[in-house]
Amino acid sequence: MSNEAILHDQVTGVHDLGHTAHEHHHHQSFISKYVFSQDHKMIAKQFLITGMIWAIIGGFFSVLFRLQLGYPESTFPWLEDFLGHWAKGGKLDPEFYYSLVTMHGTILVFFVLTAGLSGTFSNFLIPLQVGARDMASPFLNMLSYWFFFMASIVMLTSLFVQTGPASGGWTIYPPLSALGEASEGSKIGMDLWLVSMALFIINALLGGLNYIATILNLRTKGMSMTRMPLTMWAFFFTAVLGVLSFPVLLSGAILLLFDRNLGTSFFLSDIVINGKILPNEGGSPILFQHLFWFLGHPEVYIIILPAMGIASEVMSVNSRKPIFGYMAMVGSLFAITALAFLVWAHHMFVTGLNPFLGSFFVLLTLLIAVPSAIKVFNWLTTLWRGNIRFTPGMLFSIGFVSIFISGGLTGIFLGNSALDIHLHDTYFVIAHFHIVMGVAGMFGMFAGLYHWYPKMFGRYLNDTLAYIHFWVTMVGAYLIFWPMHYEGLAGMPRRYYDFSNWESFKMFAGLNEFISFVSIIVFAAQLLFVFNFFYSMFKGRKVTTQNPWGANTLEWSTPIRPGHGNWPGEIPEVHRWAYDYGKDGREFIPQTEPVGEHESKH
Amino acid sequence: MNDIFLIAIVLMIFLLIVQIAKASEYVSILKGEEKSRKQTNRINGFLLIAFLIFGLIGAWWCNDLYYDKTLFPQGSASVQGENIDTMMWISIIICGVVFVITQVALFVFSFRYQESDKRKAFYFTHSNRLELLWTGVPAIVLTVLVVFGLKYWFQFTSDAPKDAQLVEVTGHQFAWEFRYPGKDGVLGKKNYKLTDPAHSNSLGVDWTDVTSHDDIHSTGTVHLVVNKPVKFVINSQDVIHDVGLPHFRMKMDAVPGIPTTLWFTPKYTTEQMKVRTGNANFVYEIACDQICGRGHFSMRGIIIVETQEEFDKWIATQQPEYARAMGGGSGSTPATDSLPKKDSAASKPLALAVTNK
Repeated sequence: MSNEAILHDQVTGVHDLGHTAHEHHHHQSFISKYVFSQDHKMIAKQFLITGMIWAIIGGFFSVLFRLQLGYPESTFPWLEDFLGHWAKGGKLDPEFYYSLVTMHGTILVFFVLTAGLSGTFSNFLIPLQVGARDMASPFLNMLSYWFFFMASIVMLTSLFVQTGPASGGWTIYPPLSALGEASEGSKIGMDLWLVSMALFIINALLGGLNYIATILNLRTKGMSMTRMPLTMWAFFFTAVLGVLSFPVLLSGAILLLFDRNLGTSFFLSDIVINGKILPNEGGSPILFQHLFWFLGHPEVYIIILPAMGIASEVMSVNSRKPIFGYMAMVGSLFAITALAFLVWAHHMFVTGLNPFLGSFFVLLTLLIAVPSAIKVFNWLTTLWRGNIRFTPGMLFSIGFVSIFISGGLTGIFLGNSALDIHLHDTYFVIAHFHIVMGVAGMFGMFAGLYHWYPKMFGRYLNDTLAYIHFWVTMVGAYLIFWPMHYEGLAGMPRRYYDFSNWESFKMFAGLNEFISFVSIIVFAAQLLFVFNFFYSMFKGRKVTTQNPWGANTLEWSTPIRPGHGNWPGEIPEVHRWAYDYGKDGREFIPQTEPVGEHESKH
Repeated sequence: MNDIFLIAIVLMIFLLIVQIAKASEYVSILKGEEKSRKQTNRINGFLLIAFLIFGLIGAWWCNDLYYDKTLFPQGSASVQGENIDTMMWISIIICGVVFVITQVALFVFSFRYQESDKRKAFYFTHSNRLELLWTGVPAIVLTVLVVFGLKYWFQFTSDAPKDAQLVEVTGHQFAWEFRYPGKDGVLGKKNYKLTDPAHSNSLGVDWTDVTSHDDIHSTGTVHLVVNKPVKFVINSQDVIHDVGLPHFRMKMDAVPGIPTTLWFTPKYTTEQMKVRTGNANFVYEIACDQICGRGHFSMRGIIIVETQEEFDKWIATQQPEYARAMGGGSGSTPATDSLPKKDSAASKPLALAVTNK
């Protein structure tokens, strides 16, 4: 008996429900449906799958450099087969080690957790949840994906050039990134990195403007801003952050290209390299750091806000209980967005920044902990006295809160300049941002994928694989990053290829090996998810009800497999907020249901 | 052969997991989806509470294993760093309490309020009193942290005391250079365009400035005096480096074109630290903390903290760089302080790996 037959034995009758929607649509060619599609749902899937490919590449890079960190004495002959002169004798070349570190950071921060996360879910959910047929400009939306695609191609190309991809860290501080003499990766690889980033920024701007315009202008009748689900607020603020801060990075990238290729001195001064005295005078490498972090800091919120929005929505649905303190949640999202622009120099406490100026950044940075704390307590109260269903999406949301607490608290250490002077650029920082941005961002993304996969593909992911995926990732994430704090408290610097020569740091060899071992297992668990994702797309259990989670939001009022335009008939009107779960003894009341005469107020 | 075997095993495990997952999906359909969903719900609820318990035990165990390897047990080796350690403890205690409360609440609530046919979810949308509470309390606690943090921050970022020893630190790919001002207490001017290693002027000192004539230049190792404040003036010749001083709890970037400063007071001599740490090989290390190229991980400097007498004896043996540059000296390279024998042997293979192409 085939898979399909076993799974769908009893439910054949319901299929029509999904298919009716298709009949209203003209036949589309393969190209216009799957490639140059202007349907926000298809564009979302394009972002998602491109992001997943990047996640596999970026994750695999971390496995490679973790091999070096965990087993510095060993050689892996297969590496040479695979990487050629970058791994002579089966040992990574230090230069290539730094390329891997740089690419891992760039790929994960920008291509996976920005394009893959907010690109996917903003595109997919905004029109569905505000009640619009598509984005404000479907064409610009399509263009946005193709700029991301071009950025991807350029970045991918840089992996194959003779001198290797960029190797100056994902923050690409000049002069290291400005001078080809300073490192191999600062040759053509760096130019490609900058061009790719410029293309990526165009993608982010086109996308962001579209998200903002759609949320502000295309909400359906009755959908006031304060009736929107929190996902919408999160994506809205994410887009605002991106639109206001990405252009600053663009300017930094372009000035750096000038310094590299046209002989300008924006970031260069007083340099002697390899015995060569350079003519550049008067530039400031610190200026670049200001430009970089003016995006770089909001960027971490560009990653975490969508995850927060998704976790809020998924937790409310599966607790069968309204999100606690909706207005406080919106307010704290707003506060985080505003403060995100005012804290960038906390990455620069040890650059010689004026200590008095630094003190303002300490104050503003620690201030961000207040809205973050409000969010955490509100999530906890949302769970309290709920009736919780542990769907895989819900587990990842609970995991998200746990991870966010752990990583957020260490931010209080690093934001305090008096501690940062000791912890800066150690493994404490690595642990902090991997937990609070990397793992938490990924957890938000997984929560969203498990929750909205049925809407995306009309099928479910396999639950058993999902639970294995969650538990291995959750346990693994803590095993990898928790002990790293101790390495940081010993002052162990990040971005080191080998510690064996350091009297102060070499005692962690055993721990490094353990961390590497766990990270390989966690990476394998992600491949399990990738398998589940593609397998279930074709063979998963079919969705047979319109609203499988019993959720209030508008996307569940569309057909099981919505066509372009989302609703076959009129766009439904909205009469209430998105969180009427458990009200007046009813399990849930969709947003489309008019407020009854005797209904209690909230 | 071994590799293929390994890959085969991994693939088998994958296949096994996938088959189990498929089978369990069939089983759940045969058993009734609602029933099996409730069963899985209970299992996951149990796993969540188990995760909390084992997680807290694990955190304790991890602390047991690694606390002694952090820098806390040996204490700060600088006077200023003591405040940093105090601040660290204040933060650890406050954050620790918040961590335990919130994590316990998260997992206990999840477990306690897992789906049950008997319970109806409580329709609870907001409570101004609760929300004020958890806006106000964090704000007050953070104010405390900011006040303490800034108090210490301004203490050690203030100007160095007047009697501080002055040392110029210069980073380049991938080593540290040090310059002492000599008897006049003034460092001679520099101009990077005068850099000329072939004529013993690798730092670009301007010899027309007479204050430079008694300056002493050494590579790799710097000598400091115990209990005497030292002020580092930090430069870089090429890319950004960072003077990382974990034992002293200090750190400052070396930025080309923009000199930075850092001061601290060493509390223990290197010899005393060997006793304090129980490590006969103990050395104060300068770790480059800002990625600077392929040899970043090997950009190591050594600090020898010694008594005033030992320092005076050492400095008397050093020849000023000017004399060497003018041909008066023996050899044209700056004085390389003798590193402990063990180290130089160990760093040999490293040096090979690090040479820039």
